[in-house]
Amino acid sequence: MNEQEILAGLGEIVEEIAGVPADEVTPSKSFVDDLDIDSLSMVEIAVAAQDKFGVEIPDDQLKDLTTVQDVVNYVSKNAGGSA
Amino acid sequence: MTSSGSPFAPAAGARILSLGGYQPGNVVTNDDLATQVDTSDEWIRSRVGIISRRFAGPEESVTDMAFEAGAKALAGSGLSPGDIDLVIVATCSTEASIPNVSAVVAHRLGIVAPGAYDLNAACAGFCYAMANASDAIRAGTARHVLVIGSEKMTAWVDPTDRSTSIIFADGAGAVVVGPVADGEPPGIGPVAWGSAGDMAEKIVIADRNSFLQQEGQAVFRWTTTALHPIAAQACERAGVAVSELSAFVPHQANLRIVEAIARRLGVPRERVADDIVHAGNTSSASIPLALSRMVERGELKSGSPALLLGFGAGMCYAAQVITVP
Repeated sequence: MNEQEILAGLGEIVEEIAGVPADEVTPSKSFVDDLDIDSLSMVEIAVAAQDKFGVEIPDDQLKDLTTVQDVVNYVSKNAGGSA
Repeated sequence: MTSSGSPFAPAAGARILSLGGYQPGNVVTNDDLATQVDTSDEWIRSRVGIISRRFAGPEESVTDMAFEAGAKALAGSGLSPGDIDLVIVATCSTEASIPNVSAVVAHRLGIVAPGAYDLNAACAGFCYAMANASDAIRAGTARHVLVIGSEKMTAWVDPTDRSTSIIFADGAGAVVVGPVADGEPPGIGPVAWGSAGDMAEKIVIADRNSFLQQEGQAVFRWTTTALHPIAAQACERAGVAVSELSAFVPHQANLRIVEAIARRLGVPRERVADDIVHAGNTSSASIPLALSRMVERGELKSGSPALLLGFGAGMCYAAQVITVP
């Protein structure tokens, strides 16, 4: 799974949960400031990301992931060989 | 005495005969709250989905509200007080633990010498009590049971804490449970219940002088990941497919939690109870309040299956499929 695939998958998740069009979910965007996503939606996104990518994002890590690229990097770094 | 040694003949199953809900008169809007804490109508609606809720007056107790809801359910059942032989009150918000609410409410309703106990499984309490009621009827230890969820959450919430004061509210809901007729299927399905005490510190009232505190984000993650499998298990045990449910009535914790669980369970939004919008989070009262209102409005077809799911502090949870009376 490369970064493009993670980004595309993340875009689908954000669209489903927060109603933000997937094509607006670009790497430099901040979830809170640019996409208007609150902390509860971030938890839902993290849970959906775990289902989709097999990577758990605990709450104490989640608070440091502010941009779309941060999440893509986190998933990419923590994805197991089988993901 | 019956051959089983129980006071009544064991029943093949139990069912809800009637329902009753009670909300205090004082309607509190989001704008009202915004005069006390730093919040706004828009913020509350988007975060928790509540538009208004009811607060009990200073003299109105958990017992008073339990009585009101219990009286309505009893009247709707067509039974007389003497027919009730067990009263269970689910509550976690009484001002004092002695005497219990159930015995006092029973007395005020004219129910003479029933078995009576309060049950604390926090917001899961009503579903726990329903399981107890069903089992008592099946075993023959009771014939007709009055089950009440009653809460005065505002007694334990800091009115200046904007994370909790916008969510919690007061109210009560009740049902009368009785045996099914011979040959009829049970109207209260097998319970799927449990607890996660390892997370107990996520929702606490530290002592009698403290207010309720919860770790919102951790609770949100737990509710949106751990509970839909429990709800699915209750359906499986009842032999009912999720697609067959006429309604999903989860504890009204927060509209976003309700919707997230429903989405993961696969229940269409229009079949999901959203009573929280005008009731707030009333802990163990939220499920019977929502259910009684839906039945009152004719939104649920009599005889159809509805799924109840309680969850909350402890962290306790319980689910069962019931037949709409």
